[in-house]
Amino acid sequence: MTSSRAFSDGKRALIAYLMGGDPNPSLCYDAALSVIEGGADALELGIPFSDPIADGPTIQAASVRALSAGTKPADVLELARELTKNVRVPIYVMTYLNPILRMGLPAFARAASTSGVTGVIVPDLPIELSDEWLVAARAQSLETVFLVSPATTSSRIDRIVEKCSGFVYLVSVYGVTGERSSLPDYTQEFVSRVKNRVTIPVALGFGISRPETVKQAIKLGVDGVIVGSALVSRLANSEGESALDELRSYTRELKAATLIA
Amino acid sequence: MTEPEHKAGWFGEFGGQYAPETLKEALDELWSAYQRYSEDRGFQSTLSSLLRDYAGRPTPLYFASNLSKKLGGAQIYLKREDLVHGGAHKMNNAVGQALLAKVMGKTRIIAETGAGQHGVATAMAAALLGIKAEIYMGTHDMARQRLNVYRMKLLGAQVHPVESGSKTLKDAINEALRDWITNVRTTYYLLGSVVGPHPYPTIVRDLQSVIGKEIRTQSEKQIGRLPDTIVACVGGGSNAMGTFAPFISNTEVQLVGVQAGGQGLEKGMHAAPLIAGLPGVLQGMRTMVLQDDYGQIQTTHSIAAGLDYSGVGPQHAYLKAIGRAKYETATDEEAVAAFMELCRLEGIIPALESSHAVAYVIKHAPEAPKDSVMVVTLSGRGDKDVESVAAFRGEIL
Repeated sequence: MTSSRAFSDGKRALIAYLMGGDPNPSLCYDAALSVIEGGADALELGIPFSDPIADGPTIQAASVRALSAGTKPADVLELARELTKNVRVPIYVMTYLNPILRMGLPAFARAASTSGVTGVIVPDLPIELSDEWLVAARAQSLETVFLVSPATTSSRIDRIVEKCSGFVYLVSVYGVTGERSSLPDYTQEFVSRVKNRVTIPVALGFGISRPETVKQAIKLGVDGVIVGSALVSRLANSEGESALDELRSYTRELKAATLIA
Repeated sequence: MTEPEHKAGWFGEFGGQYAPETLKEALDELWSAYQRYSEDRGFQSTLSSLLRDYAGRPTPLYFASNLSKKLGGAQIYLKREDLVHGGAHKMNNAVGQALLAKVMGKTRIIAETGAGQHGVATAMAAALLGIKAEIYMGTHDMARQRLNVYRMKLLGAQVHPVESGSKTLKDAINEALRDWITNVRTTYYLLGSVVGPHPYPTIVRDLQSVIGKEIRTQSEKQIGRLPDTIVACVGGGSNAMGTFAPFISNTEVQLVGVQAGGQGLEKGMHAAPLIAGLPGVLQGMRTMVLQDDYGQIQTTHSIAAGLDYSGVGPQHAYLKAIGRAKYETATDEEAVAAFMELCRLEGIIPALESSHAVAYVIKHAPEAPKDSVMVVTLSGRGDKDVESVAAFRGEIL
């Protein structure tokens, strides 16, 4: 399945992030189903890593929980495989580079593809060092989503987009992942700067946690929003069924906010 | 992994710049500023004056006659970085980068610290140059190096406790990187070792190379030739890299780096990625990393907070790969024994980090010819470590 499914017919996509294996594999599976039932158009599954330098406290804590539960990279891919058997949304895997390197780039790409994963996002893999990965990913028809930040120059945006497939991941702020109450003023200029230069969809992430921020982002003209920490913390802060209900209804609110345009 | 586009920042297959996109521009800006000022006469002359009048350079190359006599083999010389202002070689880098931050117009400096020596040096340099400093330090290290924590506070720096992971150096670097990602427009990240994304391994090596350059001049003057063997401890590896760099092309000089063997390699409680690690990507660099079968970074153990790190400078990984330097370990126990020996024989209290290098010398000097010369870089003084040593020896202060 390609990204186009999430962004089809000018639909604004809600991409829900969950940490794979958090708080344990079976509850994570149910949580993923809940956000999809709530209206998520795509799912991003994190592979837990011991040293997540681009993540704030919420995702760090989720990594710790998932690793404590014994989650391995292959378990997250297995989770993706189970999900793709039962749901019809694209699934992306977000992982730091080292777990991929340890498995071997071609082996990881093959395993991800076999699991039905649509694309891979690697926050510490810059385009300059991505050729070997891209060869492995393309051989398995995997998309590779690169990140662009407000600090990225326009000429560099062009070079990143050239290597990017599926969508471009816009980092909304100077900062790490985590819930924020609103988007800073510079995000608007940043989004239009990127929009002017690309033809594939762009999705805005980092700090988008409330329906109001989702609306704000959609008004800036992005094709999708990525919500992570807000969902991860809801899963962490309640138990069992009520956590799943909470996730489902909160995702519904977020999805409704994407429909304003 | 991939064939690098540019050679700068690469040491064979190690190094590179595996950094989040938000840092790319800042790293480029740092590299070009560094290149510009390393050839700027005004900047270099200010730096030289600071190294001489503020840091107290050059440091002596001291003949340890009692230790040499007792071991009965190689003639042992100590490069006295413990006498640098602040108590360790860390000042060489801190004052250079703080000056760079100043001319780059940065108004805030952040740094990580393990043993606290880099934090102290950064706090000193920042106070001197009138820049605000904030230091990240793991809470495990804050407990065992509490005197250094208070020194940083006295110097006007803010110390941020880091509770994540193993609460040591690696976690402090993670948190400093997160701060930098957030405040990159105003903040200078003053990394304290030859680690992290390019250009840090190069900048820190160059600034620390003053150690090796002085050893060259001093050994030619004092013994009429270059040393046979040069030994330094390796955590991130900055004092060793600064010691080794000017000798890399002199292949007759043996280079030895000593990593923390902790409670022994077989127990898995150590900090020796060059010996027990595998190539991987950690904190922006490709290097040797202690990791498990799934690419998760493993926690480390060493009695010396400054060596307690799962990665290592990429140039060390390269020097090992090409066989130019050899890397060994010393255990906690051997380091404490070496610490005691230097106290009693030479009246010098070495840092526990440096004691690892001394331990190597104690082990290997006796088998070396009497006319051979071993130089050990004594990277810092051990005043900060007396509590740890007392605890290790089961003594109550």
